[in-house]
Amino acid sequence: MRIALFITCVNDLLYPETGKAVVRILERLGHKVEFPDSQTCCGQMHANSGYRAEALPLVRGFVETFDRYDAVVAPSGSCVAMVRESYPRFVPAAAGVASRTYELSELLVDVLGVTDVGAAFPHVVTYHPTCHGLRVLRLGDKPLRLLRAVADLELVGLAGAEECCGFGGTFAMKNAGVSGAMLDDKCTAIEQTDADVIAAADNSCLAHIGGGLSRRGSPIRVMHYAEILGGAS
Amino acid sequence: MSTSSVPTGRGRLAGPLPFPDAARRQLADAQLRVNLRRATHTIRDKRARVVAELPDWEQLRLAGSAIKADVLARLPELLVQFEDAATRAGATVHWARDATEACDVVTRLVRQTGADEVVKVKSMATQEIELNEALERAGIHATETDLAELIVQLADDEPSHILVPAIHYNRHQIREIFAGRMGDAPAGLTDDPRALAEAARLHLRRKFLSSTVAISGANFAVADTGTLVVVESEGNGRMCLTLPQTLISVVGVEKLVPTFGDLEVFLQLLPRSSTGERMNPYTSMWTGVTPGDGPQNVHIVLVDNGRSAVLADEVGRQALHCIRCSACLNVCPVYERVGGHAYESVYPGPIGAILSPQLTGVTASPSASTLPWASSLCGACYDVCPVRINIPEVLVHLRQSVVDAHRDRPSPERTAMQALSWVMGDRRRYARALRAARRGSAPLAAALRRRTVRRLPPPLSGWTAYRDAPLPVGESFRDWWRRTR
Repeated sequence: MRIALFITCVNDLLYPETGKAVVRILERLGHKVEFPDSQTCCGQMHANSGYRAEALPLVRGFVETFDRYDAVVAPSGSCVAMVRESYPRFVPAAAGVASRTYELSELLVDVLGVTDVGAAFPHVVTYHPTCHGLRVLRLGDKPLRLLRAVADLELVGLAGAEECCGFGGTFAMKNAGVSGAMLDDKCTAIEQTDADVIAAADNSCLAHIGGGLSRRGSPIRVMHYAEILGGAS
Repeated sequence: MSTSSVPTGRGRLAGPLPFPDAARRQLADAQLRVNLRRATHTIRDKRARVVAELPDWEQLRLAGSAIKADVLARLPELLVQFEDAATRAGATVHWARDATEACDVVTRLVRQTGADEVVKVKSMATQEIELNEALERAGIHATETDLAELIVQLADDEPSHILVPAIHYNRHQIREIFAGRMGDAPAGLTDDPRALAEAARLHLRRKFLSSTVAISGANFAVADTGTLVVVESEGNGRMCLTLPQTLISVVGVEKLVPTFGDLEVFLQLLPRSSTGERMNPYTSMWTGVTPGDGPQNVHIVLVDNGRSAVLADEVGRQALHCIRCSACLNVCPVYERVGGHAYESVYPGPIGAILSPQLTGVTASPSASTLPWASSLCGACYDVCPVRINIPEVLVHLRQSVVDAHRDRPSPERTAMQALSWVMGDRRRYARALRAARRGSAPLAAALRRRTVRRLPPPLSGWTAYRDAPLPVGESFRDWWRRTR
């Protein structure tokens, strides 16, 4: 199976470790990962902000880059939701590659049939299911099943886990006050757990949550769950 | 306006403040947030419990959505069918293009009875068209008889929730309102909910027994029988619908269902979604006039007020499926923080963010052109909607309408979006931009000795007002890949 990594622009620039972890996990499981370097951005920010014309060349670029692969994996529920749900409405020809584009936990659990990726992580972790993974992709407990199989990891629940953290792309800046109020409640819920790490499937939401925790002087670290799975046992 | 053009929605649907400004005002009210959190979470949990009881909930949602889609596809035909059936049953049907026409019709009808007082059943349509204010100008006083509407009316305030208009008050505040403003409030009134309800009950009983005219809305209008349906909890509606001689109902044209049998679907969907009850306590149905029983002078005012314009939008028209249950308000993280008044419309929350701008036109006011962004697109609203309105999809669609309508204006945001699209449209430009971003931030990171920054200039200042920002330092993923593979 030819698997291509779609790193996403945010991860490429700000969170390269997440991408390296995805490669490590898949190679550890015996798969070869390709990184087509013509990839850029999925266009979600443009599309969700009302700039359809500006999103269109990015959608076409993605289809051109990834159409030849059997599976495309991205460490972002949000970007995968954009590709899977919105692309066919932009370009009908995108339907094929859209249906073969997976968030990491979908590729691991549904396509490859794996829950134990051979990782260890000796920390207390809580998990925030980010909205597009939860309600567009319906990831359900797939990321949690992967985390539960990690050696030495203690997973603790998060009150109000399914409530949005308040990121929402440009919402965080356009409606900064409301976004900040949502963030405050999310940070309070996280601080009420015993976790020393808050994990999620989207680094953009984690940048927002981490920025809030850091502003409150909290010692709790944010981490993409791929980086936890990428740690060797 | 020429009579051939599509009417524009008027009334309590828009306001002068952009949503972020209106929201900021509400966010400053700490008591409001406590009240809202408690109330929305209580209803939200109740709803989840009773919805989980039904194994065929998803089928019901699909059926509700399909019936409403059919209604919208055949609206003119069904409206005429409804008019014929209601007229045959003894009702008089009036047509109103917009809020002004609807208020004029109702005012004229009340005047014809000689009454200067009317009792009202809770109704979103009459709030939308600002009927109480229009009647007041004509010297007619309207008394709201729904408990929460009464509280809001006595406080000289505006509703902040579709189902629970006084959700922004707690019982201590309600006691203050009753004691200060309800002329016949008992001495020594406490904030015990039972005592408050009893005070309102006695106050309203006098109005029910003396009023000769009632005004209502309708939850449903049945095309094949001409029947109107009102669903309520308190029984005040039943009083208004049966005691007075004259009954005037103001009904949005999208309230139709094709047949009486279709109510089977909606009478399951609505109470569970709205109050979290398996069945609402009172369901009143009436078909024109029943000689010798109930109101003998029955009028129905069918209102467009922007609905035809919404119907013309293929993506946006699903907003007209709405049955006003409020489930989307109760799960919305934005509504929970700011309350209804921030939406500057009688329709707040997620449904308000897609309905109000469409009824008035997305560029008609500062609120209309900013409400499509009053959402993090978290999707909780779509999950609970009993008629499957894809609210996030419509929000994005309306954002596009606003952006397109403003294409001729200079906008830093559009310039940035166009530049980003250009950069990201080509791998070489994109790779160069990644390196430039890291080179640009490296000295800052070195000076700060950290990978986060606490303050950035506009437009990124919105980010750092509430959170530290990550800095791009070190190697990008693609550079790492090229170096190591």
